[in-house]
Formats: sequence, structure tokens, C-alpha cells
Amino acid sequence: MAQPATPVTPALKDDLDIVIPTIRNLDFLEMWRPFFQPYHLIIVQDGDPTKTIRVPEGFDYELYNRNDVNRILGPKASCISFKDSACRCFGFLVSKKKYIFTIDDDCFVAKDPSGKEINALAQHIQNLLTPSTPFFFNTLYDPFREGADFVRGYPFSLREGAPTAISHGLWLNIPDYDAPTQLVKPLERNTRYVDAVMTIPKGTLFPMCGMNLGFDRELIGPAMYFGLMGDGQPIGRYDDMWAGWCAKVICDHMSLGVKTGLPYIWHSKASNPFVNLKKEYKGIYWQEEIIPFFQSVAFPKECITVQQCYIELSNQVKEKLGHVDPYFQKLADSMVTWIEAWEELNPPTKAAPAAQSNGVKKDAPAPKPK
Amino acid sequence: MSQTNIGDDEVDIVIGALHADLTSFLNEWRPLFSRFHLIIVKDPDLKEELKIPEGFNLHVYTKSDIDRVVGLSSTAINFSGYSCRYFGYLVSRKKYIFSVDDDCIPAKDNKGLSVDAVDQHITNLATPATPFFFNTLYDPFCKGADFVRGYPFSLRSGVTCALSCGLWLNLADHDAPTQALKPGHRNSRYVDAVLTVPAGALMPVSGVNIAFNRELAGPALFPGLRLAAEGKLRWETVEDIWCGLCVKVICDHLGHGVKTGLPYVWRNDRGNAIESLKKEWEGVKLMEEVVPFFQSVRLSQAAVTTEDCMLEIVALVKERLAALDPVFARAAQAMADWIKLWKAVGSGSGSGSSPSNG
Repeated sequence: MAQPATPVTPALKDDLDIVIPTIRNLDFLEMWRPFFQPYHLIIVQDGDPTKTIRVPEGFDYELYNRNDVNRILGPKASCISFKDSACRCFGFLVSKKKYIFTIDDDCFVAKDPSGKEINALAQHIQNLLTPSTPFFFNTLYDPFREGADFVRGYPFSLREGAPTAISHGLWLNIPDYDAPTQLVKPLERNTRYVDAVMTIPKGTLFPMCGMNLGFDRELIGPAMYFGLMGDGQPIGRYDDMWAGWCAKVICDHMSLGVKTGLPYIWHSKASNPFVNLKKEYKGIYWQEEIIPFFQSVAFPKECITVQQCYIELSNQVKEKLGHVDPYFQKLADSMVTWIEAWEELNPPTKAAPAAQSNGVKKDAPAPKPK
Repeated sequence: MSQTNIGDDEVDIVIGALHADLTSFLNEWRPLFSRFHLIIVKDPDLKEELKIPEGFNLHVYTKSDIDRVVGLSSTAINFSGYSCRYFGYLVSRKKYIFSVDDDCIPAKDNKGLSVDAVDQHITNLATPATPFFFNTLYDPFCKGADFVRGYPFSLRSGVTCALSCGLWLNLADHDAPTQALKPGHRNSRYVDAVLTVPAGALMPVSGVNIAFNRELAGPALFPGLRLAAEGKLRWETVEDIWCGLCVKVICDHLGHGVKTGLPYVWRNDRGNAIESLKKEWEGVKLMEEVVPFFQSVRLSQAAVTTEDCMLEIVALVKERLAALDPVFARAAQAMADWIKLWKAVGSGSGSGSSPSNG
């Protein structure tokens, strides 16, 4: 249905940025080279800015370290986390592209059950370029996938669907469990390949994992703020969760869709569950208040842009979660700071002043492989 | 084998016989059915004698049984065609029911192994559902899976699963226009997942391959929305879609779950979508009213059983849909009659319904 008549490869070459937060190295890019090389990378270097992150030859990239973040955002840099992969959202902020794919540096190319290597990026693009179906659940999952369709009983008036704002991919091998589950099941590996993409229904919340994620920056970018985590913060490993809950309630309000399922990547590194437990500890308790909060969020009809919704959300966070911990007051303030930074770097009409990166923009060797 | 401790004697397999010769159908299912009790309900319109192979523990009901039990208590309820199976639900006394169309056979999974649909459905019904928050690794109670990071701990015990909706390989349950547009289209994708349909989300429930908790869902599965030219092919019906929407709305209200996904059955090629479309396309049109209606249904706090909820839905159907098409007025009547019938005949398994408004 939504397949182009002649395949366009690589799709969205000039319309998509790959954002990678890293603190170590980018060796993992070697494995992704066949799929990523045509695309522009935005590397967000966390941790010590004096360290040099080596980017493999042949990739076209910008690299930002903490000094760059501070220089570009000035006082607003306070909203960008330090010593946490939440810093990746700085990459979303400075990108000029319509689409973002973000991936962690311990995620590798997975194989499907036939043994074929999975081009995760191509699948995310397919997910984003085809509609979602948030208003009525299709029991054969994404009807826009080849080989699928709407089932009997699905109203024709709902078959146009909604634009897809987010594509949430999954992980084989090390599953994205929280610390308590990791401690109880240290050896569990995800070996189940579920050959489905599906839309998460309107009104339903989900835990959004940031390690294999695509989104339409124009549709939902301002809501993809990964919060205050890491250094100096009482909580960690809830950055992507927070972004996901904020983004989902806004998507629901704006009739945008969120898909989950394929593509799979191979997650190679299991983080230390004891370290994770310390980071997540407060989150596990706070979650019990946070979830009912998001489940009851309602936006006034005057909120017609994502930015407006997000500011409104920050007010509600302050008002309704402020009592849980002073952290939420800080978080609400940083949500506002984020939007201010977004507006500054992404003004609506003219092109934004180019954010000057640290890394040399290396052009890929010509001619580019087709 | 089932990872739960549900006894075989807690399950009834209810088959609506739209074809007289069930020999090959039952022989195909024999390895999976032989240890269970079967209820076979013959389509009252079927003239020929049923042909049933030996070796099953079963009970057959025909038109005369239906007439005897139901009698003249309802003119709105019509058990002909696919609706004959609901008589089986009425007379069953088991906790769990599995129903499959008589043109389906066991499927093979993507490793080539035979799928035990009964076992999978029972597992689905006997393990909790998780409707209040979406788990991105699907059913967390499945072996090898769990709740993911970010899933609130207070929601991890889940709720009772009332309905398990399975899927179909080969001839998927598309509507006639969709199948007519792509006549060669067959479903070959085996999606290895069970998931809970979130609370507040509605979906089209196909009656081709379902199982349910009789006490929780039984009163809401009935011959309700009957099309004027309803026929003997699923393309010519929407009655199961109507029931499924009732069940989902009620489950959402009462805090029960609905699962979808595995198991698959293999659905044989049968019929011609274009012919069906010519004969009966009303169903497709009616969905345009039906779905928004169910999306707007709000049940009161006083409705604490499935029967209570059904009666509130009856009132809403009468108020909002009956005027649009006589088929809805008849559905409302059928629903009201069904609840009376269920209370009189069907409540044998102890549904514990509180006195309703009647």
C-alpha cells in the first residue's frame, strides 16, 4: 500500500540524522557501516570532554562534547544531562533534519530467523513513512506492512490512520530489564523474534527505550527531551521513560501515532545491575505516582502545537508531582528551558544559526555506494 | 503441555457445525481434542445428518434441542449459521470454552511444529493479562520474557484474562472488500507473540478462533447483530465483531483482560469474496456506526457483573443506535433476551450475578 513503485535506497539519506551518545568509542559503527554510511551522524560525547572519541573512517558526522553543549546553549545547558545517555537529546536539538534515528553504542546488527542481517534503520524509516492506527487495534498488527492488511470489522473511515511520530524498536540478546529483574534473572536472554510492528493504542502508555528509536523530529521533536539524569541528579535510567511518557500523551492529544516492534538490534552489553539499582531506586517508587499522573493528563484545546503541550505538561508536572520530590520542580523548570532552547535553535521561519561542532565534518569518500 | 494447572475437565470445546460432514475436521483436530469434552451444535438450517467420527467425548445439539431449551422465549435470538455455537456456550458448564470454525485445522508454527491451539488458549486464559500499561516485550508471563524497564511494579500482577483471541494462517479474517481486492493474498506471517489489548482500546474480535472464561465473557457472547442477508461465510457476518466489542467494553469496565495473538489456526480456502461482497456488504457500512458507538459507551459504577454491563449496553443501543437501522433495534432486543436466557439456563457454573435491573 505505502511502498514506493521503485525502491529508493538509501531512503531519506538527506532527511535523517543518526544521533549516538557515547562515552567510550564508536567501534560498533564498523558493523553498521553498510546501513549507516550514507547518513549523517551526530555524536554526542558524554563525560570527559578532553578525551578524543575516534570515529571510524568514512562517516560524515558532527561531534559535540560537553564544552560544545555549554558553548551552544549557555545557561540553558543546565537542561542537558551530564554523565548519562540522556545527553543524546542535545543531538535532537541541534539536528536540522526531519527524522532522527538514535542508537546506543553497545547495539549491533541483529539477524532475523532466516539468518539475514537486519537493516534496523530501513525498518524504522518504513515504520515512520507509513501511517499508524492508534484509534482501533488491528489484530494483524501493522496493516501497512507487506503481507498484512486490516481485518474484518475494521471501519473503513479509520483506515487512513494517523501520521507516525515515533518508531520504537526492540532488542535481542540482553533485554531491557530493570535492575530488580536483572538481579533475579541475570542469565535471561531475549531470543524471541516477534515478526510484528504495531501501533500502541491511543490512551495507552508504554515504557519507551531509547537504545533503538526513530522519530519524526518535525512532528514530535520538542517532546523528546530526556530529562535530568546522571551527575548531580537523584535518578538515572528513566530518561527515555520520561521522554516516552511525555511524548505519548502529546501524540495522543495531537492524533499522532507511535509504533513498536521491529526492528530488532542485538544488544550486547548488560549493564551492572547493582549500579543500575542505585540509579533506578528512586524511580521505582516515583513511577507509582508518575504513571497515574500521565494517565490523567489532559491538554486544554488551546494547546495545538507540541511546544504548547510540552509547556502545559511542565506546569502540570510542577503542580501535581512537585509534592513527590523537589526533583520534579527542577525537572519541570528544565522542561521549560528545553523548549526555550528548542525555539532558539529551531526558529519557525528562517534557518537556525549553525551550531558549531567540535568534530570535523568528514565527508564520506566519493563516490558514495548506492 | 500447559504450564498452568488447568484440568482437562474445566474445558469445553464448542463447535458450530455449518457443514454436515465433520469427519476430516475432527480427525485433523483429534490429537488436540481427544482429551476434552466437545459440544457440537448443528446449524439449525442444515438439513443433512451430521457425520462425526468415533472416539470423541462429545454431545451433539440440534435444532430440536435449541427449540426445546429456548422455546418461544425469544423471537429476536436466531441461532442459525455461525450463531449456532452460542447455544453451546449456553448449555456448557465448564469454566473455559474454546471455539473454532469448522473450516479450520491445526496450524504449524515457524519451526514446522504443530500448534496446540487449545493449550495455548488455556495458557492465555490462565495467566494474567496486563491491560493498564503496554509491555513492549509483549506477554510478560511467557517463558523467556518479562516486564521491561519502566513497567510500574504495582501493575505487574495483572488481571484475569476473560477472552483469548487467536489468529489465522492462510485465509486471514479480512472483510470481503479487502479480500476481493487481493484475491491471492494469504497470511503467511507467524507472529510469535501474545499480548494484552490495552484498556480503553477496542478491536475487531474474530469468532474464527477464540477462547474465553465462560463466567466472565459468556453473557456477552451471543447472537446479536444479525445482518439482513447474513450467510454461511464469515464475509457475510459481523456478529462476532459486535460481541467482541461488548466483551472488550465490559472487560475494560470490570478490570478484566483480553489477549490477542497466538495461537494460530490454519484457515482453509473457502468461498469467493466478490460473491460474498455482492450478497452482503451491509456489515462494512454498519461498522462505521458500531465502532464510534462502542468507543463512547460509559458504564455506571453500579454495573459490577457482565450481565449488569450488558443491560446497560442494551439501553444505550436502544437510545443511540436503534433509530439508525432496524438491525440495531433487533440486536438490542436479542441482547436483552440473551441475558434473560443466560440467567435462566446458562448460569449453571455459578456466575454469581448480583440482582440486576432486569
